[in-house]
Parts: sequence; C-alpha cells; structure tokens
Amino acid sequence: MIETRSLTKNFGLQRVLRGVDLAVAPGEFVALMGPNGAGKTTLLRILATLARPSFGQARVAGFPLPAGAGEVRRRLGVVSHHPLLYGDLTAEENLLFYARMYGVRQRAQRLNTVLEQVGLAARRRDLVRTFSRGMQQRLAIARAVLHEPEVMLFDEPYTGLDQDASAMLDGVLRDVAARGRTVLMTTHDLARGLALADRMVILSRGVIAHSARRGEIDPATFGQTYASVVN
Amino acid sequence: MHCRPPPAVQLRTEYKCMPNSSTDSHPAAPLPVADTDVPRPLPASPARTESWQQKAADFLRAAGAVVWKDLSAERRSKELVSAMLVFSLLVVLIFNFALELERSRATLATVVSGVLWVTFIFAGTIGLNRSLAMEKDRGSLDGLLLAPVDRSALYFGKAAGNLLFMGLVEIIILPVLSVLFNLSLINPLLLLVVLLGTLGYAAVGTLLASMAIHSRARDVMLPILLFPVAIPVLVASVKASAAILAAAGWDEIGPWINLLIGYDVIFVAIAFMVFDYIVEE
Amino acid sequence: MSKSDRNLQILNVVTALLLVAATGLVFLYAPRETSMGDVQRIFYFHVPSAWVAGLAFLVTVIAGIAYLRTHEGTWDVVASSSVEIGVVFALMNIITGAIWARPIWNTWWTWDPRLTTATITWLIYVAYLMLRAGIEDPDRRARFAAVYGIVGFVSVPITYFSIQMMRSIHPVLFGPANPLAKGSAPLTPAMLQTFLFCLFTFTVVYFCFLFNRIRLQRLNDRVEQLKAKLLSA
Repeated sequence: MIETRSLTKNFGLQRVLRGVDLAVAPGEFVALMGPNGAGKTTLLRILATLARPSFGQARVAGFPLPAGAGEVRRRLGVVSHHPLLYGDLTAEENLLFYARMYGVRQRAQRLNTVLEQVGLAARRRDLVRTFSRGMQQRLAIARAVLHEPEVMLFDEPYTGLDQDASAMLDGVLRDVAARGRTVLMTTHDLARGLALADRMVILSRGVIAHSARRGEIDPATFGQTYASVVN
Repeated sequence: MHCRPPPAVQLRTEYKCMPNSSTDSHPAAPLPVADTDVPRPLPASPARTESWQQKAADFLRAAGAVVWKDLSAERRSKELVSAMLVFSLLVVLIFNFALELERSRATLATVVSGVLWVTFIFAGTIGLNRSLAMEKDRGSLDGLLLAPVDRSALYFGKAAGNLLFMGLVEIIILPVLSVLFNLSLINPLLLLVVLLGTLGYAAVGTLLASMAIHSRARDVMLPILLFPVAIPVLVASVKASAAILAAAGWDEIGPWINLLIGYDVIFVAIAFMVFDYIVEE
Repeated sequence: MSKSDRNLQILNVVTALLLVAATGLVFLYAPRETSMGDVQRIFYFHVPSAWVAGLAFLVTVIAGIAYLRTHEGTWDVVASSSVEIGVVFALMNIITGAIWARPIWNTWWTWDPRLTTATITWLIYVAYLMLRAGIEDPDRRARFAAVYGIVGFVSVPITYFSIQMMRSIHPVLFGPANPLAKGSAPLTPAMLQTFLFCLFTFTVVYFCFLFNRIRLQRLNDRVEQLKAKLLSA
C-alpha cells in the first residue's frame, strides 16, 4: 500500500532523507521510530502529498507521487500533531467542513458514525477551542476517517496526551487498524509502538536502519537495539 | 530497477527514476500478504474518471465549503471584521485632521473618493493578511491541502471569503462617510465600482498574501508586494468614484469601469494559473 | 582558468572598451542639440538604461516560468541575477530622467505616465528582492519569486495604461509634453548612430553583468555546498 524506493529529500543544501526504502503491506500497522531530526515527519509529509521528494519514488495506495497526488489524497487520512481543526467552530461544523471538502456522501449519517466511534457524540455542539488536547486529538482522528481512507498516517499522535487520553487513543487506534486500514505511525514511545504495531521500523539519519516484525522482537532488549541503531 | 541518488548534494531537484507518471493512472496489484496474522486489507479502489460537470461541481463545493467555514468562524470570533472596521474609522478620522476635509463642493467628490479608497485599501490589507496568517499559524493550511480538491478551489474560496469580508466593511463605511461628508454615497453605479475594485484587490491580494505569510517580515511584506501591483485598481476606482460623485457623464466613468473589469479578469486568470505553484511544496 | 571563465574575461574587456567608445561618441561625436543644449546628451544613457531594465525584467519572467516548469536551480539563478541588474538600471533611468528634467522643465519630478510607471516598476522589483530575502527555503523562494515576477510584469503595462488614461480624460494642467516621445525630437543621423551604439553597448553591459553575476552566484553556492559537506562529515 505504501512503497518508497531511494526516497531522498533535500531542503536546500541539507539532505534530510537519504534514500529511504520502505514497504508497508495492505492492512499492516507499521510504527516508525527514530530520534528527532531523523526525518520521520519529512517522510510522512511526502507520503501525505504535502511535500515532493527531491529524488526517488513513492507510491501510496497504488498511485505514484507526486503525479497521482489527487487520487492519493482521496484515499489518505492524516493525523498530524497540529490538530487541523478550527477552534471557532463546533466539532460538528469542523467535521461537516471536511466532509464537504472530501466529497463524503450521506454526510449527516457519517458524522454521527465517526463521532460515536471516537466517543465525542455528546460534545458535538461544543466549540473546539473548549476541547482538551485529548479530545482534539480524538476529533482529529474522526476527521481523518471521515472519508473512509484506505491508508492512514499518524505523526506522533500521543504528543501532549495524559494517561487517560492516551489509553483512549490506544482504543481508537486499535479500532481503526482492525477495520483493515493500512497504518503508518511515527512515535517516540517504544513501548506503545510495540503494543500497537505489526512491524517496527527505525529511521535514523535519513535512512531505514532497522525493521522487524512484532513476533521477532524481544520487548526487553528492544530498547538496547534501538539505542545501538540510532547511535 | 534500483536508482542511486546523486553522490553530492545537488542544488537541482530532479525526479529521476520516476515512472512515466502521465500514463500511470491505474493502481498496481496489491503486494502479496505473507503473514496470516495481518487482518484482511481493504481493496485498493480504482481511479475515478470524472466528467467536467462533476469537476465543476466538486470545485464549487470545495470553494463554497471554504467560504462557509471562514464565515462561520468569523461569525463566532468577529476578529477580522471588527479589526478592519475600527481601523477604517480611524483612518477616516486621521484623514479628517491631516487633510482639512471640509472643502468646497467642487473638490469634494475627488477628496471623498480618495479617502474612501485609501481606507478600503488599508483595511483590506489587514483582512487579507490575517485571513491567511490564521490558517498558517494554526497549521490548518495543511488540512486544506490534504483535501482531494483542486488547489485553485482553495484560492477561489479564500478570495471569495476575503471579498465578502471587505464588502461587509465597505457596506458599513459607506453610509458613515455619507454622513460625515454630507454627500450621498449610496449610488448603484458607485456600488458597482466598489465591487469591481474590491474584487480586483482581493483577487491579487489573496494570491500575494498566500506568499507573504511564509516570509520573515510577514506583516509588512503584503503591502510591499501588493501596493505597486494594485495601482491600476486604485487609479481606476478613485477616478470612477470621483466622476460618479461629481455626476459626470458616462464618457468619464465608462473607460474606468472597463479598465477595472479588464484588470479583474486578467489577474483572476493569472491567479488561477499560478496558485498551484505557491502551495505545492 | 576554465574556458567559460576565460570567455567571461574577454567579455569584460570588450564591454569596457565599448563603454569607453560609447562615452567618446556621446561627448565628442554627437552634435550639440539646439533647443536643450548639452544636457540632452543624457538621453544617450537614459533611454538605454530603460531598455536594459525592461530586458532584464523580461528575462526574469521567462526564467521564472522556466523554473516553475523544470525546477532547475539554474533558472532561478538567472532570474535573481537579472532582477538585480534591472533594479540598478531602472534606478539609473529614473535618476538620469530627473537630472534631465531639472534644467528643461524646471522641476525634478512630474507625474507623467512614463516616469510614474518607471518608478512603480522599480518598486515592484525592489519588492521582488525583498520577497526573496525573506524566504529561507530555496525552492519556495524560487517559486514565489517566479510567481511575483509574473504578476509584477503583467501589471506594468496595465499601470502605464491606467495612468495615461488619467492624463487624457483629465487634461494635463502642468508640465509639457514628454520630450522622450520618439519622433517628437528630430534626431540627426549622427545622433541616431550614437544612440544606437549606446543601445548596443548597454545591451552588452547587461549580458556582461548578468554572466558575471551568475558566475558569482554559482561560486557562492559551491562554497555553501562545501561548507555543508564539511559540517556534516
């Protein structure tokens, strides 16, 4: 579902991605880990069609980037650490706006469904600016699944969430993944990645340094593996 | 085929080893799933081919959604219009003291026309700047760009929203100026000129503001970019307004209206063509 | 020294010689104009400056469009180098115009269409340079500059037209007709030859400055590249 070959991205003279080869199979949940500056956000932005690669190939949902960006966007749901929500609108209005932008059919029904899914049905008429960070994140996920995307990208979704909110997010993520979607999630949190994902990929200094399936990893030593790979 | 990136950092951005993108619109076969513990994946859906009617409908739907969103948010927060309104009134006040505006009837039309348009232009700049800066600061610009809509639909929606906000302020300022100068500004022809002038200004202003917000000296960048390029709008609008207020003949008004229409058409067309390049990374 | 560097050196020398020749022609060969006197000689520098500025901005627009199509950094280097030269010559145009105007019209400035448009054009391209200066990312900077180059370039004829309309609908109450209008001031053959030679010389000067500036930018970029490699190693 997601494929990159020799994906390279330069910002002026700085090379951030140095030939990333990544493949995510349909329905797979991959946790992308790595230290700050490794290029995780840049990689995600390219896959999200928000940035162009300088060199190399990328394909999402079968369409090449950047040529097939329009088609990719239809099939993509993105949750970044910006909530991408409008504080002066209610939860409902935010979803309605995005439903219109994505050309979602049977809007009212779909809105109800996703609000139920993320547990925000009771707060639908409240202004988003009154929401806690956890609630905003849940609404952001609702927004991202509104158009029933095949592929989902999450960029550090747990940032700024407390215990309860994180637990709730776990549930929502598992639900999302269970519906057959392909998920690529970046995270700092090794434990969380291990708990949720089918495969762990470590990005370090712009290249994939390590990739292992959940079954192959010993949680106890993974921390050491990670440390040795990124240094 | 494995492609090697160039050894040294190049300044050119090249798309080497990309498949022939123009013909590649069908999805590839999904990768085989080796593991049995991976849940059944959603099938890759085929590309949609759309008629032009469908495309136009999508375009209008998206642009309309953007306008609706801006209006709804503004209705709650009222930050944009109130700032523009207060600023306009202050500008008129300053002009009053700076230029000794109690003049003879002969020059009144010219003076009022000038004050009117300077006010609109300055207030408009504030609106343009804030409308786009807010999107960028909240990061919601990405939200707009992620949607599967034509980039020009985003431009159209934003420009239409800016036009509406400027229009709203103008509708309030015109009667105020009428009272202050004892000269009726509620005149259908004048309103037409105000519409055409504001349209041109908002069209170019939205385009340039979407660049200015990324610049370091963001607040002052928009006026620097916009004012020289908007001179034709200013000249035509002021001259046409003055002629209308002085009850001059069509010979003096018509050519300016034609110029405004020409400017609007040219720059909206250019904006449609280049907006993609501004927002695509 | 590489071949292109050597060619550039030759161009520099040729340009210098042409400039000397042009100056000589202007002051020694061209006759003294009857009505305006020696100050008219500024005309030989004033109009070619405008021509070079126009050429420079045209090159910028074309290079900008080429960048948007190809994303090749070279086009952006051409565009930015050309604008710098254009801005300088546009300013020279305005200043020489003012120097000429003072003894003839007894004023440093008039709001006539050509002069006003020339000033607005200069401001547009100064804004262009300021836009470039305010954006860090090179690709974004190049794209935005290209877009503004197009917008600015298209606006210039419209601006000129609008100001001219302003004059014709409301008749000019001050200032004589523009003496720069071609055909209004009769040029003797000697003057015409001098003028054309100056035009040619200034064009060569433009290309000379342009290639030198491009070379300078390339060297600058190379230094930045090496610095980046050194720091990341």
